[in-house]
Amino acid sequence: MSQALTYAYYPGCSGLGTSREYDLSTRAVCEALGIVLADVPDWSCCGSTPAHTVDHVLSAALAARNLAKVEAMGRDTVVTPCPSCLTNLRTASHRMADDSFRERTNALLDAPCQNAVTAKSVLQIVVEDYGIERLSRKVVRPLAGLRVAAYYGCIMNRPPEVMAFDDHENPMAMDDILSALGADVRPFPLKVECCGASYGVARRDIVARLSGRLLDAAADVGADMVVAACPLCQMNLDLRQEQINSANRTSHRMPVLYYTQLMGLALGIPEERLGLDKLCVSPRKVLRAAAGRAEAAKAQGSGA
Amino acid sequence: MRIGVFVCHCGSNIEGTVDTTSVAAMAKGYPDVAYATDVMYSCSEPGQEAIVKAVREKGLDGVVVASCSPRMHETTFRRAVERAGLNRYMLEMANIREHVSWIGKNREANTNKAAELVLLAVEKLRRNKALFPKSFDITRRVLVIGGGVAGIQAALDCADGGLDVVLVEKTSTIGGKMAKLDKTFPTVDCSSCILGPKMVDVAQHEKIALHACAEIESVSGYVGNFEVAIRKKATYVDWSLCTGCGLCMEKCPSKKSHDAFNEGVGPTTAINIPFPQAIPKKAVIDAKSCRQFLTGKCGVCAKVCPSGAIRYEMADEVITEKVGAIVAATGFDLFDHTRYGEYGGGRYPDVITSLQYERLLSASGPTGGHVRRPSDGREPKTVVFVQCVGSRDKSVDRPYCSGFCCMYTAKQAILTRDHIPDSQSYVFYMDIRAPGKLYDEFTRRAMEEYGARYVRGRVSMIYPKGDRLLVRGADTLMGEQVEVEADLVVLAVGAQAAVGSSELAEKLRISYDKYGFFMESHPKLRPVETNTAGVYLAGACQGPKDIPSSVGQGSAAASKVLGLFAKQKLESDPQISQVDQRRCVGCGKCALTCPFGAVKMVDVRGEPKAEVVETVCQGCGICVVTCPQGAVQLDHFTDNQILAEVNALCQS
Repeated sequence: MSQALTYAYYPGCSGLGTSREYDLSTRAVCEALGIVLADVPDWSCCGSTPAHTVDHVLSAALAARNLAKVEAMGRDTVVTPCPSCLTNLRTASHRMADDSFRERTNALLDAPCQNAVTAKSVLQIVVEDYGIERLSRKVVRPLAGLRVAAYYGCIMNRPPEVMAFDDHENPMAMDDILSALGADVRPFPLKVECCGASYGVARRDIVARLSGRLLDAAADVGADMVVAACPLCQMNLDLRQEQINSANRTSHRMPVLYYTQLMGLALGIPEERLGLDKLCVSPRKVLRAAAGRAEAAKAQGSGA
Repeated sequence: MRIGVFVCHCGSNIEGTVDTTSVAAMAKGYPDVAYATDVMYSCSEPGQEAIVKAVREKGLDGVVVASCSPRMHETTFRRAVERAGLNRYMLEMANIREHVSWIGKNREANTNKAAELVLLAVEKLRRNKALFPKSFDITRRVLVIGGGVAGIQAALDCADGGLDVVLVEKTSTIGGKMAKLDKTFPTVDCSSCILGPKMVDVAQHEKIALHACAEIESVSGYVGNFEVAIRKKATYVDWSLCTGCGLCMEKCPSKKSHDAFNEGVGPTTAINIPFPQAIPKKAVIDAKSCRQFLTGKCGVCAKVCPSGAIRYEMADEVITEKVGAIVAATGFDLFDHTRYGEYGGGRYPDVITSLQYERLLSASGPTGGHVRRPSDGREPKTVVFVQCVGSRDKSVDRPYCSGFCCMYTAKQAILTRDHIPDSQSYVFYMDIRAPGKLYDEFTRRAMEEYGARYVRGRVSMIYPKGDRLLVRGADTLMGEQVEVEADLVVLAVGAQAAVGSSELAEKLRISYDKYGFFMESHPKLRPVETNTAGVYLAGACQGPKDIPSSVGQGSAAASKVLGLFAKQKLESDPQISQVDQRRCVGCGKCALTCPFGAVKMVDVRGEPKAEVVETVCQGCGICVVTCPQGAVQLDHFTDNQILAEVNALCQS
């Protein structure tokens, strides 16, 4: 075995709060794959949504503080599961390529940022650095019979010149991972549509409309569950599913899992380490049904 | 030597930022300058006459004109000094417009720089020699590359003018994109009915030699005497025997081959004739899908062919043709719509391109002219047209307008209502560009008489909903988002340069723009000429064009060829390299570096020496700088002349 893949790891605020199961499953999966994640010491908020609406330099400084910490660790790559954190880290790097912008940013920091760190999503390193082929060899419990809709959210791949990963209109990274895990990945047409994002606080009607459309589309393509990569998307679809149902007069019972949770299941990691119990819509029924379908298909296959 | 200097005002172009009077005054002090003056417009008739008069009255031996770029008016002034009785190479130009007045605003600095440029020209002119062009014979044959409507028109016009024409077409039939169209705008007349007779004329014209399934391998030579190697690709059918009866197509068991003529809307057979009116009407085997080639077991076409024309062992053949002029009419390709992921590029069968839709509308198309959805064969009732797919969009590197999409979309909306009277068309557009004759009236008819609903705004996304497609976009006039449920979506794809156009341009030694379209010599005044003498352009290879413009350009290119060949002999440019064979050591470096193959090595009393082939030399000067001995000199740009200029600049 060649040298282990090692990265600086930036969990982000939601990773320790609302999307605890994303952080848990990410760590468990990386451990199982032999990817070493070294937490960035004393990391702080990336700036999230509010900062860049106020001041680009201030917003960049919040992200740059964390990038500087990574530089101090002696690492050149930092990974984060959260696409929103990723956007802020990458946008800061992108803007700091301009020397005068970097100077103004560094003026706000205790220790200057050299802008020598690349931020990537966990999704990106699994696809690009670890490799789908290698992942498929690690699967011990294939997700046979499980019909999934891979939902990337609107910012994982956008804007393309900043994120520089996958196709910004029809990304395939998660589809490829889930196929490698043995799942039946449905062609999901709304994979990069907005879920309503933080309008969940201010304008629930918008989230009900946009997220409702996502759930409808996932049901339309025959998916058992939506697989997400963004804490905010996951929360809108999962936690607010009852609100969406009542606003749209629908009756979805659609589990919304993180792709890392499904990876964990396929890699044979115990459920409790993947935080499945933290989901609002329980995936148990769907997972059992899928396993049943897989058994039946296998029996039919051997019988024929 | 007596030199005259003429400093041009060019109206306010030069005079605005250069004090031409004092430039002329300074020039009076330069060596050998016998006369200097400033003129309002030196290129005008009185301006030229002033030069002629001064040469005669002051007894001048050479003239410096300080004005614009020599690209613009060198020929003009050469003619003027010739009228005055001087050799045309006793003229020098100092470019004080593009190199001075247009780029700086400081009048004093500009005046000084202009005066320096005039000094350089004077120093060079003092060492000029009279040069005399040689005349040479020309081959009165023309090569037309590309058998689309522009190439067909150029070929027919040249042939009708009495020239022998070699027409090279890369596919197995001429007709190009126009042959695939059902109807044409704005007259809605049948495309193949107006093109078909022209195609037959090409086939029957005794002066046109047609090479289909052929490509240009290489081009050498120069205006009047090009030698072109043409690769005739293996068709696996002996065309001298094939009668085009079509029996092979009937019996061919590989019926699922890609049908390039029908844009892949339906399948075809591995051996096929693209369409009933094909010229030449000969069969071609597609080796990539033929069972005989893939498995070695079939041979059905060979068995059934009544004339025994099948040749599985056929190989490519390269032939050479001598021609005096070349018309490039290689047309365009369509933008690859799959680059728009949000439109479901290639993923949803009922999202098709405009040219695919054209084949669905055509009576000779795969559905016999009945519009059917590719997915389930159902007749679509709601058809959405999306314009500007791959044009006017910087994000896909196609910032230019393709020009004809507004019109063909209007035509297709009209035809849709004709074919399916209870259908409804929607057209998402950015703005309507219909500047041709009867064009705007035509698009209005689509809206007003045929009820097509025009929505101004781009489509953001297309995705399947049930068995229909949801088209989501904006109506920017209403300021609203709109959604249309469609049965069929037709993407009006823009035009881009044909595949391989840049390679062909390099073979022809013509320039091309950053998108691969061939560059004309002057966008306004020399629209069908290139900067390479004897090579002309016609049709969409120069930029997106509709049928009327392509035909117009085809005729224009033909008239240029006929004009060129109207001369008995052509004159060669005497600004070429000369080898001083006493200094030449025969190292051969010049022969190796010459991009035109104009230097050959000869044997002079047992010693190898370089020699320049005068008619091939283009005067680029690469051999001059390569020669370690200084044995090669470029006439009109000798080392002495260039050094004199440098000295003048350093000492001033």
